[in-house]
Amino acid sequence: MELSAKHREYWRRNLALTGVLLAIWFVVTFVLGYFAIPLAEVNFFGWPLSFYMAAQGSLIIYVLIIWFYARRMGKLDQEYDVAEGD
Amino acid sequence: MAATSQQTFNQQLKKYYAFYTGGFILFVILLAIAEQMGLPRKAIGYVFLFATIGLYAGIGVMSRTADIAEYYVAGRRVPAFFNGMATGADWMSAASFIGMAGGLYVAGFDGLAFIMGWTGGYVLVALLLAPYLRKFGQFTIPDFLGARYDGNFPRAVGMFAAILASFVYVVAQIYGVGLITSRFTGVEFGIGVFLGLAGILVCSFLGGMRAVTWTQVAQYIILIIAYMIPVVWLSLNITGVPVPQAVYGKVLERVTEREKQLTADPVEQQVRDIFKQRAEAVDAKLKDLQASYDSDKAALAKKLDDLKASAVPEPEILAAQTALDDFPKNLDAYQAKLTVDKATATAKSAPPKPHATPFPGKDEHARDVARRNFLALVFCLMVGTAALPHILMRYYTTPSVSEARKSVFWSLFFIFLLYFTAPALAVLVKFEIYTNVVGLHFDHLPAWVQSWSQVDKTLLSIVDVNGDGILQLPELTLGQDIVVLATPEIAGLPYVISGLVAAGGLAAALSTADGLLLTIANALSHDLYYKMLDPSASTQRRVTISKVLLLFVALIAAYVTSLKPGNILFLVSAAFSIAAAAFFPALVLGIFWKRATKWGAVVGMVVGLGVCLYYMVTRYPFFGINAAKWWEIDPISSAIFGVPAGFIAIVVVSLITPQPKRQLQELVEHVRYPHLRGDIDTRAT
Repeated sequence: MELSAKHREYWRRNLALTGVLLAIWFVVTFVLGYFAIPLAEVNFFGWPLSFYMAAQGSLIIYVLIIWFYARRMGKLDQEYDVAEGD
Repeated sequence: MAATSQQTFNQQLKKYYAFYTGGFILFVILLAIAEQMGLPRKAIGYVFLFATIGLYAGIGVMSRTADIAEYYVAGRRVPAFFNGMATGADWMSAASFIGMAGGLYVAGFDGLAFIMGWTGGYVLVALLLAPYLRKFGQFTIPDFLGARYDGNFPRAVGMFAAILASFVYVVAQIYGVGLITSRFTGVEFGIGVFLGLAGILVCSFLGGMRAVTWTQVAQYIILIIAYMIPVVWLSLNITGVPVPQAVYGKVLERVTEREKQLTADPVEQQVRDIFKQRAEAVDAKLKDLQASYDSDKAALAKKLDDLKASAVPEPEILAAQTALDDFPKNLDAYQAKLTVDKATATAKSAPPKPHATPFPGKDEHARDVARRNFLALVFCLMVGTAALPHILMRYYTTPSVSEARKSVFWSLFFIFLLYFTAPALAVLVKFEIYTNVVGLHFDHLPAWVQSWSQVDKTLLSIVDVNGDGILQLPELTLGQDIVVLATPEIAGLPYVISGLVAAGGLAAALSTADGLLLTIANALSHDLYYKMLDPSASTQRRVTISKVLLLFVALIAAYVTSLKPGNILFLVSAAFSIAAAAFFPALVLGIFWKRATKWGAVVGMVVGLGVCLYYMVTRYPFFGINAAKWWEIDPISSAIFGVPAGFIAIVVVSLITPQPKRQLQELVEHVRYPHLRGDIDTRAT
């Protein structure tokens, strides 16, 4: 079937959201990972910051990314009338 | 109508599993009382083993089915929350449950690559794959490749990779099952393997995905309870706070302080020097292999003769006899033994590895290589997570696309609970050992040290190397698994909790093995038999064939396991690299790039997999080739080369082949939208 302009916009917004969330994922994982040595100098409630991020902080961010994506996409589905009926 | 029945179903499930959890806790309490009244330890081990396997079998019998959609995808009505739990159990293997905290104990910061890699991969699953695969809505991952890339050839390549990755992984799981059953009940390893296998089979054989799903939820509940109780108790003992994850930063500070003391301590240094001399002595032997082989063997034989001639007790003679019998039969074995001895002695001659420091190394270059390998490993584990067929398959079982998205959230949440606890456990146990074991007189060591060193030398052994009667750190040898296995005793909990931990480890291994075996059997029965060989087969016949194949695959896997191939960590990481390189590029581009063509995908999968396997085989020591590494990347991360190679191959070949026909482009549009009015329907029935 032919996709309407509205459909295309839904997909574009999905891609934008996916891109932003993937960028956060990348920074948390690889950029912080790359700078782990200097970040270890920062004390975070007893943990060196890089240890805390690798052991706990980044995990919490991953969970939040997925939670936010599911919520936001659920709303987009409604807004663009592509949500499942039943 | 459908929505209300789904809601009732959800309510019922919550009720059943709440009862089940309560019942299980009651069962543990009753056993604890029985222990106080004198139930022997071995009996507790047996009760846990048979009660839990019986329970899983019971769920299997209750969910038996011959309906095709029930068998392959649990009827597509598993609510997000429960699918999350099932995925959690499916995901967390024996390696996660028993091995991970121990791995972190040994590796410190560098080991956190596993924690990040095995959780962060779900971001990729959620954003790039799960909702789209659910919309596509068929039975297997090769199904998607076959439909999107138009033909049986891409399907066949996908099937091959799915079977390869899952088989390698399942061998590691069955190995774990055998290890746990044999340790806690005293049966032989081989018998343990087949006992565990019986538990796996009753469940998946009768009810396929449906039975596996509901069993996995039950297994998740057991494994998370079993993991948490000892850690919380240990944390309460050490810090006074029952939330280890929130407070172990302070304990880590004390561990770091203690590491500095141990490094500076002159007696510790003396013991390290003894090991340094030993390493040098072994090194000298390695240089003159034949001569030292002969003289070592002669020395053992002479010792035996001397003992026999003098009047010493029988056990001593027997020990000398065993030593001679166990002496390597040929030069190769002798050299391998010396190499291990040298590595062990060298490791013990170094000061304790700083737990909190990222990428420790002797110079700038060593630290850089460590960092590079850390990031590469994180990448491979993440991409591998997002490509393992037995995980992706689970998202076919939810009722809708939006439930699939939520279900990834619940999956990672339930996995997160264990994964953010493991680093805390590693630090707490390290603190306990550094302060309450090391530096004590041999006669005053805690009871758990004494008892474990008698149970199994590979898990824990102590030798007074310098003869001062005090335990120095290098005199203590720990096996990785001890960290989780001994925690209940370190925390001073009764033996019933140790039995619970074993049951948890068993649940983790069985649930993962279940999912993997089902993936392999489905690939063979659905993709090979039904889609390629006999598309007119009746549903009855398809389910029967699937069940027969499951039996065969399980037996072959158990047979391979009983040969004890390679080490578990290598098998597991190999499975991740294989899956990552073979599937990830083709799946992601299939959804996000309409221009990706059949031949692009085929070449991409073959190239990705080929590069990955080539690097693994030529670099991993097990295969004996040991070629020079690229950028000093370890073979465990071979997908770091395979994944980009796969992406490039798909893009290049797609651009030089004609663009996919209209029908396929419509399929791509179809999976991108949860619901389009007047759209095609790809759901399998």
